Amino acid sequence: MKTQAAFSNRFQSFSERNSNLLRLLAVFVIVFAFFAITKQGAFLKPETFASMAVQLPEYSILALGVALTLISGGIDLSVVGIANLAGILMALFLSTAATDAAPDAVPLYIAGAAAIGFLVGLSCGAFNGLLVSRFRIPPILATMGTMQIFTGLAIVITEGKSVSGLVPAYEHGINSALFGWLPVPLLMFIACAAWVSFVLNKTNYGQKLYMLGTNEKAAAFSGIHTNTVLMKTYIYSGLLAIVASLIMMGRNASAKADTGSSYTLQCVLICVLGGVKTEGGFGKVSGIVVAVLILQTISTGLNLFREINNFYRGLIWGAVLVAVLIANCIIEQKEQAKLMKKLSMEEAAEA
Amino acid sequence: MNELSKRKWNRLLSHNEFYIAIIIVAICLLIEVRSGQFFTPNNLVDIVRSGIVPCIFGIGVLVVMLSGGIDLSFVPIAALAMYITNSVMLDTGFSGSIVVPFLLAGGIGIACGALNAVVISKFNLPTMIVTLGTSSIFTGLLRGVFEAKEKTASPILMELGSSKLFTAQNADSGLTSDMPSTLFILLGVVVVTFILLRYTTLGRGIYAVGGDPGAARRAGFRVTRIQFFVYCYVGLLAGIAGVTRTGMSQAAHFTSLLGTELTIIAATVLGGARITGGVGTITGTVLGAFLMTIVSNSLVLIGVPTYWQQFFTGALIVIGTGISVYQASKKYRGSLSLDERAKEELG
Repeated sequence: MKTQAAFSNRFQSFSERNSNLLRLLAVFVIVFAFFAITKQGAFLKPETFASMAVQLPEYSILALGVALTLISGGIDLSVVGIANLAGILMALFLSTAATDAAPDAVPLYIAGAAAIGFLVGLSCGAFNGLLVSRFRIPPILATMGTMQIFTGLAIVITEGKSVSGLVPAYEHGINSALFGWLPVPLLMFIACAAWVSFVLNKTNYGQKLYMLGTNEKAAAFSGIHTNTVLMKTYIYSGLLAIVASLIMMGRNASAKADTGSSYTLQCVLICVLGGVKTEGGFGKVSGIVVAVLILQTISTGLNLFREINNFYRGLIWGAVLVAVLIANCIIEQKEQAKLMKKLSMEEAAEA
Repeated sequence: MNELSKRKWNRLLSHNEFYIAIIIVAICLLIEVRSGQFFTPNNLVDIVRSGIVPCIFGIGVLVVMLSGGIDLSFVPIAALAMYITNSVMLDTGFSGSIVVPFLLAGGIGIACGALNAVVISKFNLPTMIVTLGTSSIFTGLLRGVFEAKEKTASPILMELGSSKLFTAQNADSGLTSDMPSTLFILLGVVVVTFILLRYTTLGRGIYAVGGDPGAARRAGFRVTRIQFFVYCYVGLLAGIAGVTRTGMSQAAHFTSLLGTELTIIAATVLGGARITGGVGTITGTVLGAFLMTIVSNSLVLIGVPTYWQQFFTGALIVIGTGISVYQASKKYRGSLSLDERAKEELG
């Protein structure tokens, strides 16, 4: 009896702390059940899940970066631009330098390309960070501008054409699966999610980031170097964009200035759906992961409906985003009302 | 120099418009020196021509920014309104008054704007995220539900676009450009918005809400209603801009329109509108829109390949917003409050 009560108590406190996560999981189950019932065999087969596992990592990793900036109270709209600029530079390096290389040297060239990519991510992220922290430009405007700059540079470098002719070994590597069932992109996403979760929960920086996002002034008064934290945040976002870029390049076997132009909206949508507050200070990796699963299920499921044209996806995502915003707002108001009631009751009891 | 003119001079120096005007003159001179083609009658008319639609959009963006919000959905609204209106005009073979297509497009614009307005004002949600979502909805409606294809303009809109005030000719090259009558539409929008912002309680309310919503509420402004109006007004202007554009380009091309919202927001910010609300003027917005138009129209004149355009747009956004933020911080440095000073010392 006692253990049972303790268990139900613990469950209650867990569900109170993670009410958003539980709601998301419920939505996921409903969405999943909807497609499983309406499409049955066509949906519930291994190929569906295999394609989902390969499709979701690239934009989910971008979303992790956007989430960090949202938690800081800002936003990074330039992640897709960073990914494409780096992708093009890496693809150019691979297609010019590595094609005639000896087979043993290929991994070295790939490592070199990745190094170039991370350098680009670092500098682009630092540039964003500088504009936001040092120059105090509102993050929306700053990253909107740098998105144009990075994409613009990518267009200038390629003159609008796509860069292909990478080394086959690289494409093969990205498109293979570990142990025969774990796709490499998914593994990269899991690694990134684990890393971001670690950074947010277990490091000094994570604590400071939440404080900064909650109240910048209070954080500054507590002796936090807000500019340093902001710098780090935008650099991390840039570096995560490079990981996504590595996947995109391998999957498309090429790089182009306008790849994944719809990913920006999708990233913000995932974050908002996953419970990251746009005004800063809140957000967990677990929420983002479930949000990703929901979106990918909707996307894959809709593909099975032949009669629904592809352009409906934007309509549905937009509607989902607005609906989630409204639902969150109503739930929050209710919770606040409940809290106020509890407080006033306690006050009455004391009196 | 006497006291009065000195004060006037100082006031001029503190205005953003003054600096944009200087930048515009400098850029114009630079282009003229490099190409010798800038100050030709046809090029000037061309620039005014290409600036009309961005200006109408820019004024809509200004009104939202004044109220402290941001709208990312006005371009999809314009595309939707223009596509539906043009299709209706084509299908019915309408040949009556030119006011009708504008009423129709304006109505569609207001309806779309009202959706933004309801969600934003009723639930008090972040405007950028909401309009990001609705922009996706409107684009989805246009391409998914209406299965929009690029169409030519209907006869009545063709007529609107080809009516001209005068024709300017380049004496050397013989190239001509028409000054379109749609200039009057822009003038109408400017005058109406000016009166609205300057002389009506509603307009002053927009500034007040953008400055400090709490204070505006205590001063007796109905914040929700003002916000509601703002997003409907932007929708209206977007509809008007969409129809105007269809006439001037003689076609309802929406693919080239979608995705231009950032440039227009950037132009408005360049014109001195502050993204946090409460600050901004129509003069500044018009100047900002023309600065953008001049830069993008003239790259070819000075021999820069067109694929540099996006890079320059981005650079303009970053530099322009950087300057206006810097100016704002300079203005307040003298009157820093205690906590801000403490923050400066600490951080």
